Amino acid sequence: MRNRRSGVPAPLLIPASLGVAFLVLPLVGLLVRAPWGSLWSQLTAPGVGTALRLSLVCATAATLISLVLGVPLAWVLARSRARGRSVLRALVTVPLVLPPVVGGVALFLVLGRQGIIGRRLYETAGITIPFTTPAVVIAETFVAMPFLVISVEGALRAADARFEDVAATLGADRWTTFRRVTLPLVAPGIAAGSVLCWARALGEFGATITFAGNFPGTTQTMPLAVYLALQRDPEAAIVLSLVLMAVSLGTLLLLRDRWLGRSGAGIAA
Amino acid sequence: MKRLAVLAAAALLALTGCGAGSGSVGSGSAASGSASSSGGGLSGTLTVFAAASLTGVFGQLGKELTKANPGLDVRFNFAGSSGLATQLTQGAPADVFASANTTQMKVVTAAGLQAADPVVFTENVLEIAVPKGNPGHVTGLADFGNPSLTLAVCAPDVPCGAAAKQVFAAAGVQARPDTEEEDVKAALTKVQLGEVDAALVYATDVQAGGPKVQGIPFPEAEQAVNKYPICVLKAAPNAAAARAFVALVRSADGQAALKAAGFRVPGA
Repeated sequence: MRNRRSGVPAPLLIPASLGVAFLVLPLVGLLVRAPWGSLWSQLTAPGVGTALRLSLVCATAATLISLVLGVPLAWVLARSRARGRSVLRALVTVPLVLPPVVGGVALFLVLGRQGIIGRRLYETAGITIPFTTPAVVIAETFVAMPFLVISVEGALRAADARFEDVAATLGADRWTTFRRVTLPLVAPGIAAGSVLCWARALGEFGATITFAGNFPGTTQTMPLAVYLALQRDPEAAIVLSLVLMAVSLGTLLLLRDRWLGRSGAGIAA
Repeated sequence: MKRLAVLAAAALLALTGCGAGSGSVGSGSAASGSASSSGGGLSGTLTVFAAASLTGVFGQLGKELTKANPGLDVRFNFAGSSGLATQLTQGAPADVFASANTTQMKVVTAAGLQAADPVVFTENVLEIAVPKGNPGHVTGLADFGNPSLTLAVCAPDVPCGAAAKQVFAAAGVQARPDTEEEDVKAALTKVQLGEVDAALVYATDVQAGGPKVQGIPFPEAEQAVNKYPICVLKAAPNAAAARAFVALVRSADGQAALKAAGFRVPGA
């Protein structure tokens, strides 16, 4: 390992270092400008804990929904021979190119009180989705799920399909093959996709504030709190951003250690 | 073309930019220096940072200025006043700053970024915006205390939210909004989409909202009149064009355009 690492060729090392600097320097900027003196009072300000909890809960829920819907979708994109697959793939990535605020408006048009589906829900069951916590989860799922789908689809394409063929020749049906062979094979890809999806959901702003609105305790996630704090007190916004970043980095590092350990063992076994 | 000449003349008359100090030698020479340029000779790029609520009117006035000065490229940065003030104090290059309130203008003047004292060029008051047909049967400010309605106000951190807080306090209404929007246009969008029964926005937003939005004025709005100050910035790369633009905004033409958009003349 060490040998390989010390042997990074200069043409790679220099742009790689520049890349790290580019990505990390803004974080350094936040750390430098953070009001360390008033940090504690900012952290314990009312609403910070609530917003953080709401962010974590909603991002996790969005990731779980994305897993349930996204992994099968990735399988369809990677394995099925249905016609129109490339069109389907392009459609799936629409949320990636759509400005999130537009995504929020689009969600209104479908799930809002006047929306195609939302209108029926409202008229028949009296259910309104916008401006509720489920609306936050929906907005985050809409924006974040493509990250998971694309990661998992990439992993499926890279996975050796011969294992699946062997499973089939040994009498496993497609569902069993998917569960017992394909899923373990692409587990690292699913893990990576989930992390991407979770991180994107955690930082989601535009679709959330549009579709779910902003109300402390119900729909105000950390990015919304940060944005509004910026209107009033930039220092508070910096503190909130640091909290969000610290929590998300901490979570990702923790999960990474666990997952890498497990999936590494799984691959070796 | 006659209209343009009038514009240029108006620009000349008020060419001292952000107000006052018209007697000083400096501004006198600035006026004469721009005399030729106002006749169509302004050139380069003019960058105007303006409150989002000015989008329509300023866009229109910008076009008029470009028509009179074909060599001039007018660029706008429309956003929330506080965001603009932050950008300016962080060194964003701009010629003119028009704020939707005096607070954010003070942020800029406290940093010493103004070329001359800001002047109030227009005013705006809150109005209740409801979707066409008024499905929630909203009649006045008191309806904002009704928990069965879906209601939007601006977040207290942004100017329209601070104004909303003021009028609710004046009216003794315990507001129960479902969402605190990040800016007034976001609140208006929700009315246009029919997703809320009412939102508290500015009279100008109701005007800009088109046929899908109806406005309900209310007397308590007088408790929170929003004054819009404007000024040329000290570091303006194109000071001559900046002064011409400010003069245009304050001219009879500019005021008429503002009035058509729902604004009112200061102190009226």
